[in-house]
Amino acid sequence: MDLFQLKKAPTVYDAIVVGSGAGGGMAAYMLTKAGAKVLLLEAGGYFDPADPKYMTQLKWPYESPRRGASTTRAGGDFDAAWGGWEIEGEPYSSKPGADFHWFRSRMLGGRTNHWGRISMRFGPDDFRRGSLTGIGDDWPITYDDMKPFYDRVDKLIGVFGSVENMHNEPDGHFLPPPKPRLHELMLKKAATGIGIPVIPSRLSILTQPINKERGQCFYCRQCNRGCSAYADFSSSSVLCIPAMKTGNLTLQNNAMVREVLTDSKTGLATGVSYVDTISMQEVSVYAKTVILGASTCESARLLLNSKSARFPNGLANSSGVVGKYLNDSTGASRSGFVPALMDRKRYNEDGVGGMHVFTPWWLDNKKLDFPRGYHIEYGGGMGMPGYGFGGGIEALNGKIPGRDGKMKAAGGYGAGLKDDVRRFYGAYVSMSGRGEPIPLESNYCEIDPNTVDKYGIPTLRFHYKWSDNEVKQAKHMQDTFEQIIEAMGGMPMGNKPGKEQNYGLAAPGRIIHEVGTVRMGNDPAKSALNKYQQAHDVKNLFVVDAAPFVTQGDKNVTWTILAASMRTSEYLIDQVKKKNI
Amino acid sequence: MKRRDTLKALSVASFGMAVGPVEAAVPEPPEPKPAVKLLPGRQKFEAERDLKLLAAEKFFTPAELQTVTILSDIIIPADAKSGSASQAGVPAFIEFMMRDQPRNQTPMRGGLRWLNAKCVSRYGNPFAKCTKAQQIDMVEQIAYPAKKVPADLTQGVAFFTMMRNFVLGGFYTSKMGIEDLGYVGNTPNKWDGVPDDVLKQYGLSYDEPKK
Repeated sequence: MDLFQLKKAPTVYDAIVVGSGAGGGMAAYMLTKAGAKVLLLEAGGYFDPADPKYMTQLKWPYESPRRGASTTRAGGDFDAAWGGWEIEGEPYSSKPGADFHWFRSRMLGGRTNHWGRISMRFGPDDFRRGSLTGIGDDWPITYDDMKPFYDRVDKLIGVFGSVENMHNEPDGHFLPPPKPRLHELMLKKAATGIGIPVIPSRLSILTQPINKERGQCFYCRQCNRGCSAYADFSSSSVLCIPAMKTGNLTLQNNAMVREVLTDSKTGLATGVSYVDTISMQEVSVYAKTVILGASTCESARLLLNSKSARFPNGLANSSGVVGKYLNDSTGASRSGFVPALMDRKRYNEDGVGGMHVFTPWWLDNKKLDFPRGYHIEYGGGMGMPGYGFGGGIEALNGKIPGRDGKMKAAGGYGAGLKDDVRRFYGAYVSMSGRGEPIPLESNYCEIDPNTVDKYGIPTLRFHYKWSDNEVKQAKHMQDTFEQIIEAMGGMPMGNKPGKEQNYGLAAPGRIIHEVGTVRMGNDPAKSALNKYQQAHDVKNLFVVDAAPFVTQGDKNVTWTILAASMRTSEYLIDQVKKKNI
Repeated sequence: MKRRDTLKALSVASFGMAVGPVEAAVPEPPEPKPAVKLLPGRQKFEAERDLKLLAAEKFFTPAELQTVTILSDIIIPADAKSGSASQAGVPAFIEFMMRDQPRNQTPMRGGLRWLNAKCVSRYGNPFAKCTKAQQIDMVEQIAYPAKKVPADLTQGVAFFTMMRNFVLGGFYTSKMGIEDLGYVGNTPNKWDGVPDDVLKQYGLSYDEPKK
């Protein structure tokens, strides 16, 4: 019979870190380097992109029987994300009328294994949008508080970019950026010509070596598969594996944390209990400090599930704010066909894994009908064909004159079709806007009163609706995309999404930039954490993922997660030295 | 003893393999490795699923596969630069996708059925048994989705569009198709920008205009 057994570990660690992504990985790295004994719990399996056992880098589409189709993983067969929008046995729900999508990676390094490596600092204004605009809230810290940590993250991990001296796009310690690809030069010329800046992108990819442990980018454009040379930032390869090498880290994979344990007398955290997902055993582990880096929604879930007589609303939640202010980036996109790029000369233009140029926010929201900005990411070029290549050609080949200058019927077959594919290859561009939303108290996750996952852990239920602010921003994105495509002599593809489609605004969660559910602040009545991401209610409990973030700017948040986790780790070390914790 | 069993016994004996206690003591040979190499980094459920799918019964009947093969080669025929869809293994890829994503099955099987029914009524034979001229005549009716077609052909247009997408996707993700396209990446290299002759062709440069 399968008895429900509880195992208690004898060791008391200095710290338990829950989650091995950017935030958890950085905390584990910083603390073990400082000599602390750390237990790192990861819900998924072990992953090392340099181990051939896991390597999909440099594989060809025909090495997958489905040619890389996304049947079992959202990013396709080659993508380094174990998990996705749905995980067997781990449901979540949405309130009627709400629609939230939740991407989870269950593996060492979490979602940093497949992310876009876009590594932007927040600017000075991003920390104080509330006071600057009268809508939304300020952070309890400023850019000046974070700058030293951004600087150190730049040097520790590596990021390429260019010095631009733009007020709200602070420069960092940059490695040389790769030169733009052909379509990126064309985009730059066209966009700049209509007043839209295009500058080198800022990605955490090593265009030069920075230490002996990690190699240099060899330009295969496959960062999402994980890099066998460790030439891009993944928490697995850059933080967790080096932390293990200190000898101070105990890594426990396949550990799905159920709750944070507390002492009913002192109210302090004493450890966590988890389910071993392989043996299904319940295990309790103990530490002097508990650090959550389980991801924005998982960390909120954990706190809300850590209920006790002393903490009836869940842990660190006397304010009732845990779960609230959930917000994801806005996202909208459009693609275009560029006739000038037809019949291109072939050469290897893979480049780095992602865009070589982007557009930072360039306008003044005071003159617009929406309160926050967005940046534009660009795609295109002669990429490696994947599943679905050539699909939908019937929407294009009836609009482009043939070699004889005559129009032909869309679709077709035979030698002419084959020739169309050759002519059109590499002649597309795409653009995606990623914008800042206004975090709302009414957008939140909570514990679903009726549902548990296969481990018996209560699951999350989401409430999330975009406001008019985000819809208007998406409309502006669509207009801008069309202007840029037309300025480069291209044809916008498909129909421009209109009001009835929310201007193509992606459903909440789809951009996988969710933040805000365990917000930090100076007022314990309105926030769960103080400015060091330390729980107001429980001084030996910290949150180091994006859950503490008051806002997300229009900057992808990973670099800020890393800097904030580094800052919290140093604060913790200092507090321990002062015997405050 | 059934005839098949007799043959089995004979074949073992004819290779001189004694089946006796000495051999029985020899450990079993290791499990034969799957014929298809799975991609690295598979999660357990993915590996199990792939092995099961690859070993699963074929979706297409021989007659259906024949029709799929003919259609594939009509959509992507051999030309001076590369071979045809079937030479690149496209029918086998489509066969796998039927098993991998079962939502494809009804549109595919039904579409092939539709095609045969239409050909029987028009030419007196199912598609594969029609003459090449009849096959092309039929395809011409359903290959152009932007053209107005009689109401009894719209489903055929949708089917052929699906088929075209599968064939293009299968062909251009094959080794042959990738070479045809001229994709030369997926290999370690040093990116140093667009080649000079290409920059010149497009009138572009890496020099920043003076500010």
